[in-house]
Amino acid sequence: MMRLAGKLLVSAYALAIYGFIFLPVVVLVLFSFQATSFPIPPFTGPSLRWYETVLADTRLTSALFNSVLVALLSSALAVALGFLAAWGFARHHLPRSGLLRGLITLPLTVSYLIIGMGMLILFNAAGIPRSLVAAGIGHVVINLPLCFAIIYSQMGDHQVNIERAARDLGAPEWKVLFLVSVPVLWPAIFASFFLSMTFSWDEFVISFLLTRFDTTLPVEIWNLLRSGLNPRTNAIGSLVFGVSIVFALLLELAFLRRSRR
Amino acid sequence: MNESPPGRLLPWALVTPALLWTLVFFVLPFIAMAALSFLEHGGGQATFDNYRQFLDNPSYWRAMVNSLEVTLTVTAISVLLAYPFAWILAEVVPQRLQRLALVLAILPFWTSYVVRSYSWLLVLAQNGVVNRALVGSGLVDAPLQLANTRAATIIGFVHFFVMLLTLTIFANLKQLSPSYRRAAADLGAGPLRTFLHVILPLTLPGIMVGAFLTFVLAIGDYITPQILGGNNELLMPQLIMMQIGRRGDFPLASALAIILMLVVTLAYLLCARWLKIERA
Repeated sequence: MMRLAGKLLVSAYALAIYGFIFLPVVVLVLFSFQATSFPIPPFTGPSLRWYETVLADTRLTSALFNSVLVALLSSALAVALGFLAAWGFARHHLPRSGLLRGLITLPLTVSYLIIGMGMLILFNAAGIPRSLVAAGIGHVVINLPLCFAIIYSQMGDHQVNIERAARDLGAPEWKVLFLVSVPVLWPAIFASFFLSMTFSWDEFVISFLLTRFDTTLPVEIWNLLRSGLNPRTNAIGSLVFGVSIVFALLLELAFLRRSRR
Repeated sequence: MNESPPGRLLPWALVTPALLWTLVFFVLPFIAMAALSFLEHGGGQATFDNYRQFLDNPSYWRAMVNSLEVTLTVTAISVLLAYPFAWILAEVVPQRLQRLALVLAILPFWTSYVVRSYSWLLVLAQNGVVNRALVGSGLVDAPLQLANTRAATIIGFVHFFVMLLTLTIFANLKQLSPSYRRAAADLGAGPLRTFLHVILPLTLPGIMVGAFLTFVLAIGDYITPQILGGNNELLMPQLIMMQIGRRGDFPLASALAIILMLVVTLAYLLCARWLKIERA
């Protein structure tokens, strides 16, 4: 009897938390199919009206394109810088290595708002205009420490031996780097790249502060919020959700296949 | 390990780009911000006024107190909700379903942050789902004011951090060796005593790290309080953005940002000290 009550309690609790976690997403997606102009009950759909509106809105579609572009380029740069630094620190004995590594990971401890504000102040003082490039630079600042930390943590001693073997066989340093270290560390590089992509894709406050006319999708969605509750926001939000889920599934599949092999 | 032949310059060539990037686009902006916080707005005279304003103006103080109250509440509620949930996922759910259960639990993570806050606005609106349900079931006579309140901010934050903490606590519980539990059982402890005296103390450092992460991320966040809390009461990030946006007062915004950073640093030191004592 006690056991049954315990089991019921446990199931009820888990269901309640799942309910809490899913409630806003379900409401968001459901009312994106609303036929009338207010995304509140009663549900009047299903209708694809707001998806058509959103996809025909060039401001939103170009913001989407900007977001993808900024995410791809800033993540690629963050991974490249992070990988080189991780390799340098792990394979060579540098003076004050601990301090310098700490410096690279420091931005992880500061909120995006403050990072963005500092950059805005500096760029204003230097006369650099607000732009997508500025936002991209900011995204490298927040993602570089992450990429560095992930890749650095995966630099084990067992890889040193393979690299040494390559050098003994006469490979020049750049060949060791690109033909040995990069392939061996591929999972860490891959993981940090996709993590950076997600963070950049979702980042709002730095883009908000550092871009002006051409901007990223989260900022454009923020601008939509000024019109209050609006099924257009539901539709674009659901689209972002859908794209992210597909992305997550692909990632999951890639990692599953790797770990099964 | 300095055995690679290609000389002393190569290692520096590898680490310099990352160091330079961090120096130019992170350290330098921070120095600029710190310097600006000691300048007059519009003038250029050196002054402590921006910091004095924070101390003198009760509404600025209030924003800091609001921030601390909201953030601590969020941290406490999130830990209390996430721990049993993570425990159920790790201990009750059968092994082969655990991965699926966890992936499901963090699925809404994949909506964008701004959209997630907006979704809660939909749920909590005057004519939203929750109010419809409450009025429809006869629990309340008129719709409650749920959006644009502190409660809405807290709900939005808790939603995000329950997911985050479930992940970290789950990982923590899975790392525990089953032999602890077996040893406790062998020594005659029941499930409750095992949990209170063995599992909980062993996972406490992990919880503290998760709670600290929650605190830091929540206190610096502008999106959730701005969308869900509205402007009825301001939190620090909102106050900072207001100085930039409406008034263009960068020196004051800088001073407020630095004060916020000091509070976070203080929290970090407290947390680190606690962890050190715990380990010793």
